[in-house]
Amino acid sequence: MGKTLLHKTWEAHSVRQLASGQTQLFIGLHLVHEVTSPQAFQMLRERGAKVRFPERTFATVDHIVPTDVTDRPFIDSLAEEMMSTIEKNTEEFEIPLFDINDRRQGIVHVIGPELGLTQPGMTIACGDSHTSTHGAFGAIAFGIGTSQVRDVLATQCLAMDPLKVRRINVSGALSDGVYAKDVILHIIGLLGVKGGVGYGYEYGGDVIDSMSMEERMTVCNMSIEGGARVGYVNPDQTTFDYLRGRPHAPADGDFDRATSWWESMASDADAVYDDVVDIQGSDIGPTITWGITPGQSVSIDGVIPELGTLEGDERKSVQEALDYMGFAEGQSIAGTPVDVTFVGSCTNGRLSDLREAAKVAQGRKVANGVKALVVPGSQQVSAAAEAEGLHEIFQEAGFEWRGAGCSMCLAMNPDKLQGDQRCASSSNRNFKGRQGSPTGRTMLMSPAMVAAAAVSGEVTDVRTLMN
Amino acid sequence: MDSSSVRKQIVGRGVPVRGADIDTDRIIPARYLRTVTFENLGDHAFEDDRAGGEHPFDDRRYEGSGVLVANANFGCGSSREHAPQALMRWGVNAFVAESFAEIFFGNCTTLGLPCVTATAADIQRLQAAVEADPEQEITVDVEARVVRFSEGEFEVSIPNGVREQLVSGNWDSLGQLLDAEEDVAALAAGLPYTASFAVS
Ligand code: SF4
Repeated sequence: MGKTLLHKTWEAHSVRQLASGQTQLFIGLHLVHEVTSPQAFQMLRERGAKVRFPERTFATVDHIVPTDVTDRPFIDSLAEEMMSTIEKNTEEFEIPLFDINDRRQGIVHVIGPELGLTQPGMTIACGDSHTSTHGAFGAIAFGIGTSQVRDVLATQCLAMDPLKVRRINVSGALSDGVYAKDVILHIIGLLGVKGGVGYGYEYGGDVIDSMSMEERMTVCNMSIEGGARVGYVNPDQTTFDYLRGRPHAPADGDFDRATSWWESMASDADAVYDDVVDIQGSDIGPTITWGITPGQSVSIDGVIPELGTLEGDERKSVQEALDYMGFAEGQSIAGTPVDVTFVGSCTNGRLSDLREAAKVAQGRKVANGVKALVVPGSQQVSAAAEAEGLHEIFQEAGFEWRGAGCSMCLAMNPDKLQGDQRCASSSNRNFKGRQGSPTGRTMLMSPAMVAAAAVSGEVTDVRTLMN
Repeated sequence: MDSSSVRKQIVGRGVPVRGADIDTDRIIPARYLRTVTFENLGDHAFEDDRAGGEHPFDDRRYEGSGVLVANANFGCGSSREHAPQALMRWGVNAFVAESFAEIFFGNCTTLGLPCVTATAADIQRLQAAVEADPEQEITVDVEARVVRFSEGEFEVSIPNGVREQLVSGNWDSLGQLLDAEEDVAALAAGLPYTASFAVS
């Protein structure tokens, strides 16, 4: 009987079974950022421990980094303290740090792949739930808490419970104006925000197979929003072509040997899954969240649910979301006015995302009264976008062109919503208060849809702007 | 293993936090993550939800409670350990809910905070009972997989391995991982990507 990539990778990295029944799993790559690591380094110090595999550990800064003025010391003294703490920790424990003066700096889930650090068949951990992004390469990538960051620093291992595997087939093709973001929002809408608890998601089928690596990253990124700890796509030629020539990818003769190992790690044709879900690509439209969880979404031509048909807890959560978001039941989502628009984040802050948004922005103007931000996911994304003039397209249209970082995905840097502003956002979470104002209202959508909202001042079907 | 780490039974008063999908951004808003220690997080637990003045964490009747009773998918969202740290520092020693998000559950275990699950009906009963009589004592019996309260008891679930860790006081994950140095070194050396893909 065949095995899945998850099982093969798990086996290849199992050190032993622990008394608790968990597996001691070796971690091939540990990515560290400034927010979830300071306490872990401190715990290490208190135990007199060292970093066991500094050569498998890389650090960057992303969450707190201002995306406009980056002069040191940062204006926010708390951010400055976090910045100097990671500088001190990485120096003391001899770990490479991509700081704001380094061309390699960026959001941790953007730079891992970009630098070729993320590879198929590898276990990856990072103190950040969107570590699932790296699964796009056929890696098994876990978001972990700070005590586990300490564990990986000290031992390069995690104590993990086994996961089941759900295969999600997306067949057929996507319609024009429908993107990877719509695919994953659709999946979460269908399976629910806790549908994936206990599972790793394996994404496959024609739609996924024909996606670029950047699109696959968008899909895997939001696995955690569906409750799945990890999500992955089996490695194929697209994966290998992306990795070839990247700074940390295997070079020369190693690359061909690597490719055969990577291929061997992909799920077998007769692999056994704990669950299988089939979705038709043609059923997916441009998708937008109207509520306060990523599962509360609707297609652009759809309407917000009516309370009448709902019962019990579901009715309560829908009512709570409607109240918070200021929507009426049965209202259509198109035409909802927006105050702020944000293109960026580890979900949709890569070059192809900026290109799609720029296509919509080109020759148009940001609507009056709308604050529109474009924030590249990394310094390399920024440089590549500038090399093809995307920043000029955005700036001419009235978008702000910023430096690399997490920016308005969450409220840890100066980019924040004010009051109950409504934001069309390409990020991944629409939780209450997520974008920095306790009453701020977030609607998640694809970068092209965000750009469409920016130029029309309201939620708009991007397909009407494409002809 | 010193006995203070054993988590067989947690006894305390309850605090009901109602609602499904309560995420980590609500438990501890991101702006409080701009800190290099966990120390003062307890003061900011549920801060934005509390702005309305009606949150159970502000209700004097629940002061000093140790057992948080929640609904479905509690702790979803980010991997921030700041969330259980904030609740622990506020005073929570155990969680009873319909279900938990996975990373939150794991983070709690590494801190020695039991998370047990029960049916929606039992959770409703417990929440209602605590609201009616906040003074009552609740026992989260991890060992026996039972929660006892004024109206009786109900069964709860907790995975075998985690239960074993808590009951034996062996939940410090680092402690378990540290003594396999030779095996780790051997496994690492044998992985294709650590050896220029020359081994397979
Ligand atoms: S972009 Fe958002 S989701 Fe991604 S790592 Fe940064 S804060 Fe987290």
